Amino acid sequence: MNYFSGIDVGAISTEAVIIDTGGEISGYSIIETGANSTEAADEALDKAVLAAGISRDAVSSIAATGYGRASVPLAGKTVTEISCHALGAKYLFPDIGTVIDIGGQDSKVIRVGDSGKVVDFTMNDKCAAGTGRFLEVMASKLRVSLEEMGELSLQAETEAHISSVCTVFAESEVVSLVAKNCPKEEIIKGLCRAITNRVWGMVQAVGICGEVTMSGGVAKNRGVVALMEEKLGKPIRVHPEPQIVGALGAALFAQRQFREVT
Amino acid sequence: MRDVGAPALMRLSGMGKKGRPRKKKPALGPPLICNGRLRELMATHYLLSRYAQGAMPVAWVTSGAPVEILRPFGFYTFYPENHGALVGAQKMGPELCAEAEEHGYHQDLCSYARIDIGHYFSGKTPVGRLPKPDLLFASNNICQTVVYWYKVLAEYWKIPLILFDTPYNFGEISETDISYMVRQLEEMIPLLEQISKRRFRYKRFKEIVGLAKEASLTWGEVLSTMKARPSPMTIFDAFIHLAPIVSLRGLPAALEHYRALLAELKDRVAHGIGAVKDERWRLMWDNIAIWYKMRDFSNLFAERGMNFVTATYANAWAETIEYLDEAKPFESMAKAYSLVILNNNLNHRLHLMERLIREFQVDGLVIHSARSCKPYSVGQYDLKRLITERMQIPTVVIEADIADSRAYSEEQAMVRLEAFFETLEG
Repeated sequence: MNYFSGIDVGAISTEAVIIDTGGEISGYSIIETGANSTEAADEALDKAVLAAGISRDAVSSIAATGYGRASVPLAGKTVTEISCHALGAKYLFPDIGTVIDIGGQDSKVIRVGDSGKVVDFTMNDKCAAGTGRFLEVMASKLRVSLEEMGELSLQAETEAHISSVCTVFAESEVVSLVAKNCPKEEIIKGLCRAITNRVWGMVQAVGICGEVTMSGGVAKNRGVVALMEEKLGKPIRVHPEPQIVGALGAALFAQRQFREVT
Repeated sequence: MRDVGAPALMRLSGMGKKGRPRKKKPALGPPLICNGRLRELMATHYLLSRYAQGAMPVAWVTSGAPVEILRPFGFYTFYPENHGALVGAQKMGPELCAEAEEHGYHQDLCSYARIDIGHYFSGKTPVGRLPKPDLLFASNNICQTVVYWYKVLAEYWKIPLILFDTPYNFGEISETDISYMVRQLEEMIPLLEQISKRRFRYKRFKEIVGLAKEASLTWGEVLSTMKARPSPMTIFDAFIHLAPIVSLRGLPAALEHYRALLAELKDRVAHGIGAVKDERWRLMWDNIAIWYKMRDFSNLFAERGMNFVTATYANAWAETIEYLDEAKPFESMAKAYSLVILNNNLNHRLHLMERLIREFQVDGLVIHSARSCKPYSVGQYDLKRLITERMQIPTVVIEADIADSRAYSEEQAMVRLEAFFETLEG
């Protein structure tokens, strides 16, 4: 049996995925990127290999993606996260045509063709509005974990109005809402609404095509997913571990490269 | 040739000069012989500015203004936008912009305007010294910013400003619009006579309109040579060779230059010499150049066998000039200047882009969303979506600025461009 690995070195987290010849996920890992991309990639691969119950030698080919992809000497190939998210998402959900990926440092909307190829895409501009970083800053301000945010958002009956999508300005809005004793759940729902509205602009720029999936760390936030579904008027497909979609796509590219070579 | 007053331009196209190590560019074909010619022409033009002050009236002019009307009065014309591009290419944009910002001008203001105002306060420029103007001549056919930018200059220098107001074209240009613009041109004449202390000569004016038309048509032919496979030049070459049609329009030197360039390009086409050695993909560029990234981009794309063969920007000085008519100089100028791409509706721009994509056999489109240039950048996402759907080609938007590199993030631009390359290469 041959194994292939994809490593996604992102702004906040690094993921590694191992797939077998049949494309089945054998194991994966998610760690914090920290200060060194090369070490993070190495550690993520170690953990994924362990989870798969194989040795590193059993991995025939590795592809790297994400912002730190150039700092992965282990990888025989580098691919942008845009192509990886498209391929990974199409593999998981063959009927999708649109991918909404909200990562730590950027968010993107990708229109995917039949073969998992990118047809069109758009990304957020230079600021952190509408990215995982936005939620991370707010979570720390409100002293809740990122994981809790989604649940708390769903518990809110009404929502606070957050007018700014700028991370810095929104933070000061949160400060004044806290000062007015606005319930935490309502603030969080307001924040989820802000990020959803921001990304919605990009969804409209690319246009909705076929079924829709969400990937990236923010897809774990059920509050954001629910608000996005409300906008779309239909359910969104979310993999139980949406953070690994990019790494899965990279692993599929590694497999493809291996087939081409051998 | 000695470096005589336009050091920036010298460096910009001064590849292969003695004493300066030449960077190898294996992916690019031989450089154009006319690069040297252009260098000499523009250096002479900038050098002349040293002697113009006091000897002849000096006008600062916007790139879209009907400069032909100034020429019979013997104005030396200087183009702040052309200077802004030079400053950008010399990577001096942030420094000059910061000078304007220190005086209260906002970072969201066009970087050409900030560079110009920054120059006013600091005197900094890569071209030695700029000639002090006696007159400011602007047209809002390219943007509204120029109106306020030139008003600021007029206030600082206490000199007259003449504005040519062009109604925006939403669909069809009306007779009322034309007569409104003709009246403005006619009203300028006594003012220009007063400032230049020269009489208006109608016959000379007609000749100048003829020369401008001829030069623009030749520029159009120059661009058309890029329809050949492989294309004899890249759009980055065209962006540099744009200087004469912008700033020397109506003068015989501009026409001579384009005749020489056209001959060289035709020769290259006849011999199958391409600007990119292994041209596999042909691209279109939208919006003004990112001046401080010209060289990097030229190599980046050439290394992948990609060549930019057309751009709405370079095309702008060839697009409406067919309307110019020596027999009806005022009416035809009104039409030619008010129908330029930035004063025309988005539907027009969509059809223009589609035509260029077809005629130049374009495989992919790179859209520069320029923080400075709002009229050029608005609507780009709609154009992108429509072109992706209708022309079935990959497109990408990169966010940057024409001259202020602080508004450009290399990492973010590269991710977008690499994803575009992956889509294009399949």
